[in-house]
Amino acid sequence: MTSAVSFQKASRHFGSVRAVDAVDLEIAPGEFFAMLGPSGSGKTTCLRLIAGFEQPTSGSISIFGERAEGVPPYRRNVNTVFQDYALFPHLNVLDNVAYGLMVKGVGKPGRHKAAEEALALVRLPGYGARRPGQLSGGQRQRVALARALVNQPKVLLLDEPLGALDLKLRENMQEELKSLQKALGITFVFVTHDQGEALSMADRVAVFNDGKIMQIGTPEDIYQRPKTRFVADFVGSSNVLPPDFVQRYSGQHRWGSLRPESIRVGRAASGEGVSARLVSTNYLGATTKLALDADGLRLHAIVPAGTALPAEGEAVMLTFNREHLHLMDEPA
Amino acid sequence: MRSDGSQSAPLGLKIAAACGLLFLHLPILLIFVYAFTTEEKSFVWPPPGLTTQWFAVTWNRPDVWQALSLSVRVAAISTAIALVLGTLCSAAVSRTRFFGRETISLLVILPIALPGIITGIALRSAFSLADIPFSFWTIVLGHATFCVVVVYNNAVARFRRTSGSMIEASMDLGADGFQTFRHVVLPNIATALLAGGMLAFALSFDEVIVTTFTAGQQQTLPIWMLEELIRPRQRPVTNVVAMVVMLVTLLPILAAYYLTRDGDQIAGSGK
Repeated sequence: MTSAVSFQKASRHFGSVRAVDAVDLEIAPGEFFAMLGPSGSGKTTCLRLIAGFEQPTSGSISIFGERAEGVPPYRRNVNTVFQDYALFPHLNVLDNVAYGLMVKGVGKPGRHKAAEEALALVRLPGYGARRPGQLSGGQRQRVALARALVNQPKVLLLDEPLGALDLKLRENMQEELKSLQKALGITFVFVTHDQGEALSMADRVAVFNDGKIMQIGTPEDIYQRPKTRFVADFVGSSNVLPPDFVQRYSGQHRWGSLRPESIRVGRAASGEGVSARLVSTNYLGATTKLALDADGLRLHAIVPAGTALPAEGEAVMLTFNREHLHLMDEPA
Repeated sequence: MRSDGSQSAPLGLKIAAACGLLFLHLPILLIFVYAFTTEEKSFVWPPPGLTTQWFAVTWNRPDVWQALSLSVRVAAISTAIALVLGTLCSAAVSRTRFFGRETISLLVILPIALPGIITGIALRSAFSLADIPFSFWTIVLGHATFCVVVVYNNAVARFRRTSGSMIEASMDLGADGFQTFRHVVLPNIATALLAGGMLAFALSFDEVIVTTFTAGQQQTLPIWMLEELIRPRQRPVTNVVAMVVMLVTLLPILAAYYLTRDGDQIAGSGK
């Protein structure tokens, strides 16, 4: 099957800055794909390469089997939801949504009907006559989504789509985007720096750092089986364990990772375990986050709220299930 | 700043403000009054008598019509040139980064910062070096140097406030460069161009210094007025012309004021 989006050793360099460096990537049709990484990691440049706002310095990119190098954005069957939404302030909502059809020469009745349908799809029916300036942030986001979807793109690109929304709205939009993607069957590629968002929404996640993809896999892969220290640390802030420490428990001299929720914290001298000192506790609502110091090794653990805890500064004993200790590929 | 405007200002301040406004506008009223005086050789106060004969005299003077027509044509062409070049230049400076961008920005603004007499002398010597005879086009060229600045400044300010991703969004939705300019860029900068164009037209219309160096024997309206003041006959004709020009230009200036004010409100509420 042809990939929806395919990168073959694609690079985008700005002078000496390697924004995207020899990236190989295959996104399957109908997939909800997340590009996750810190700012400056190259994920947005990757998105812009797909949209056509950037051209690769070397390597090649194809979209549904067609080579995309040199094809301008307006000749690609790909649409983008911009981070700042980029709605046109001089047009009302209906004309904003109908814009793509207007420039393609669709007549007024036809494009307005399609725009109304797209607005209904994003649950904003009847908002057509308003100006973008009269809408809330969440509503503008939906208009931006409708404006992209009305063109029936083969690939929909979303650049930090939920970044500007507040927490509650963000959670609602996550679910809505996911069900919309399922219903439409369009390939969604979205960029985010929020690992929670990537893990909860995407079918597969690519973790970016320094213009390279560190790991591609399902959210579970990425979360449970990080390949490198960077992935372990960035996705859900795992405890990264040095080879010497890992050797004591697994017999192998390799970097390891241990999720904070896999660590159990008990009173000192309560049997086998790693002795440590409780540095601080941080109440997070449903859970409590503990900062620990095991002989100079900084660890953190997450325990359910209500767990009886020693006082800060006291000695504790840490235990964990051996099988939760994940060994990484990264050479020691 | 105090936010409640309900409190009345003290009487002294009111009088001072009134005096300031009178000082600014009384001389203009004086011009109106002298347009109706019966004394034609000098301006005497109070006017010995009132008459409307100067309107007819002005209407029948061909030199007035020639000067007016030359000024209008020069201002229109200079403004048109300024609109095209100013928009292109502001788009380049505010949309892209390239070597020498800051320098270009400075060089474009320079003509309005330079004293007109320098621009005038420079243009005159350039024209004589290149053996270009004085014509309608040498005046237009001289005026365009500062008209471009006005349009450029207005357009650059507007470009700075419009989101750059809007142009990308338009391209993303299938619009090519021309469609994007027509449907997205132009509507967003239209009021800025209108304001800049009006200002450019007005600047060109009353320009004297650069014009004296680039006009040769031709007379634009302001130059005609200057010459007329030296001559001791039919003086009130100048006042009639001044008055009519003032009243005619007031309308578009008011229109520009209201149009751009509304435009700014729309742009502002989109933020």
